[in-house]
Amino acid sequence: MPEFIQNFELTAWWILAIKLIVVLTVVPVGALAGGYALHKVMAHLQHRLGPMYAGGFHGWAQTLADGIKFVLKEDIIPEKADKPVFKYAPAIIFIPILLLYLVIPVDRRLIVQDLDVGLFYLLAVSSIPAIGILMAGWSSANKYALIGALRSAAQLIAYELPIVLSAATVAMLAGTLSVVGIVEAQDWPFLFWPPGIGLIAFIIFFAGSVAEMNLPPFDMPVAESEIITGAFTEYSGMRFIFGYFFAETAHMIAFSGLAVTFFLGGYRPIVPWEPLTVIPGIVWFMLKLFVMVFLYLWVRPTFPRLREDQLQKFAWKGLIPGSLGLILVAGAWILYAPEWLWH
Amino acid sequence: MTQIRTPEDVAREVAEGGLATQQMILNVGPQHPATHGVFRLLATIDGEILAEAEPVIGYMHRGYEKLVEARDYRQITNLVSRMDWLSGFNNELPLAMALETLMEIEVPPRAQWLRVVMLEMNRILNHLMFFASFGAELGAITPTFYAFREREDIQLAMESATGGRMHFGFMRPGGLKEDVPRGFIAQALKSVRQVIARLDQYEDLLVGNEIFKQRTVDVGVLSREQVMSYGVSGPIARGSGVSDDVRKDEPYLVYDRFDFNVPIGHSGDCFDRFWVLVHEVVESARIVEQAIEGLPAGPVLGKVPRVIQAPEGEVYVRAENPLGELGYYLASDGDRRPYRLKIRTPSFNNVSVLPEVLRGTFVADMIAILGSFFFVLGDIDR
Repeated sequence: MPEFIQNFELTAWWILAIKLIVVLTVVPVGALAGGYALHKVMAHLQHRLGPMYAGGFHGWAQTLADGIKFVLKEDIIPEKADKPVFKYAPAIIFIPILLLYLVIPVDRRLIVQDLDVGLFYLLAVSSIPAIGILMAGWSSANKYALIGALRSAAQLIAYELPIVLSAATVAMLAGTLSVVGIVEAQDWPFLFWPPGIGLIAFIIFFAGSVAEMNLPPFDMPVAESEIITGAFTEYSGMRFIFGYFFAETAHMIAFSGLAVTFFLGGYRPIVPWEPLTVIPGIVWFMLKLFVMVFLYLWVRPTFPRLREDQLQKFAWKGLIPGSLGLILVAGAWILYAPEWLWH
Repeated sequence: MTQIRTPEDVAREVAEGGLATQQMILNVGPQHPATHGVFRLLATIDGEILAEAEPVIGYMHRGYEKLVEARDYRQITNLVSRMDWLSGFNNELPLAMALETLMEIEVPPRAQWLRVVMLEMNRILNHLMFFASFGAELGAITPTFYAFREREDIQLAMESATGGRMHFGFMRPGGLKEDVPRGFIAQALKSVRQVIARLDQYEDLLVGNEIFKQRTVDVGVLSREQVMSYGVSGPIARGSGVSDDVRKDEPYLVYDRFDFNVPIGHSGDCFDRFWVLVHEVVESARIVEQAIEGLPAGPVLGKVPRVIQAPEGEVYVRAENPLGELGYYLASDGDRRPYRLKIRTPSFNNVSVLPEVLRGTFVADMIAILGSFFFVLGDIDR
């Protein structure tokens, strides 16, 4: 046996390096696949074919080709822009999205780091990209970018709350903040039990996450027909895809993962019957992930865009009181529901 | 409509401890996704509210009214079809009618009926285009593709007859260039019937959508008085409850023989304008069906001299363009070229009312209102 394998010690550093490499490959590949899914799902919903040529088979390499094209393009920085801020804003947007992937359990043991405060960490990290969007908008020296950035900030404040509150409901019912713990605490039929609570929390979480990621119908910060691309109006080339396209898809997949973890039972089989439990958790997780990604993509071409003030009304008058009420109901359930009802 | 803050209001807010704010000028266009071309809107905004909006036009001015004075009438037919590029056939018609009046040419019935068929098909093409773009402006990307699917069928029929997809050049003083080919009638009937059948889907997709209603109802209200004083016409005027349709009021060609309604809104908001537009598609499709049913046989070109030379005289002809009233004032001194051709295009008058409607709206509403004013840049600037 070669010497280096004998001396090979899986120290913490080695493990960390492997985990980082895995995350750094999974996220871009996932984002590319997500971009392809976006092209294809939207195309078929809209009575067209979408990409068909790149790569030969149904245009599978389209997003790859797009990525290469964007990377090769000139990186234009406006003369009046606040240059360092302008340059680093895409990183501030993209890196936190990468960090989201660290605590999503793909299988019982397949998780980069199972933090005790996993849920808290997720919610904290997921709101950092908005700072990057604000930076991008402010430093671009462009009025459209400024409007987009301010809309984005307002939207974040309004929609962070419902997400946090609905996730808090989940944590209350699970009795833990650990992400793996939340998955373990869920039982069939997942979001349908306790009756109503899980489903409503899921709907609030879904609406909030659509708004937080600036996807239609809550895409006012990047509303193309109104303010060009909002905060990213002045961006080009690689910074544009990392700040906008790539970040959007990666964010969407991460949030789909969160929704699967919080509400759909993560890596656990859909029904706990004998032959199904043999299938590895990662397969279940990916299946549920696809369903969630499809949901996000489905909403996208279906609805027109709301107006900024209508969006705020929807958040402050609808989602936030709703999620607060839900926490009350969940608390009452925990306190008063008899033991036999729990499972 | 939201209250616009005056400088005194801002000063009071600052005195009460608020942040000092000021208005900002936002240049919407000439290159902007929502303006369908080189239209520029000088918007003074206070936060997200428009304090003032001034349309700046002229970026596409091609000097047609002067240009036509150096062209003979055949060439002019092709020039004017490039004004409102979405409804080329409708633009060619009043010119031919003006020449027919001056030169006293009689148009054979088959030509008249075929003209109606193609005019209305062109109207459907135009309306579906605005259906698509209005949805896109409100952030709904899907209607575009549905509308273009229907457009394609009608385009095919038009193309088989005229050879063109946008600038048909099929109109001649005294009739049409040639008779329609075999298969045109079947294709035309099939395509308009399909439009009628599928319009329900479209209504479900947009008009019935709750978000769409929130974005359009009571947004950008244009009053009857504004319509009257600014000379607004077409679907926009009818959206405000003004029954104004040249096809009904002063029937030209054979429009008095058809049974069709003029959809009329009542509140004058974006929703009513759009509602009128969608329902006009159905009415146009009905006219096409009736015209094809009653299509007489015979020649398609009357007795026209080899050289088209209008005798000395003046004539004003107006017709219902898809976007409103289109008028040509033709003054001839007996030459092969017009002495003067004054063109009254619908979009020009329609956008002139924009500052009044836009004042005090949100930036997002501004886009909805611009979209609901259904203008074509070439039609404004000529």
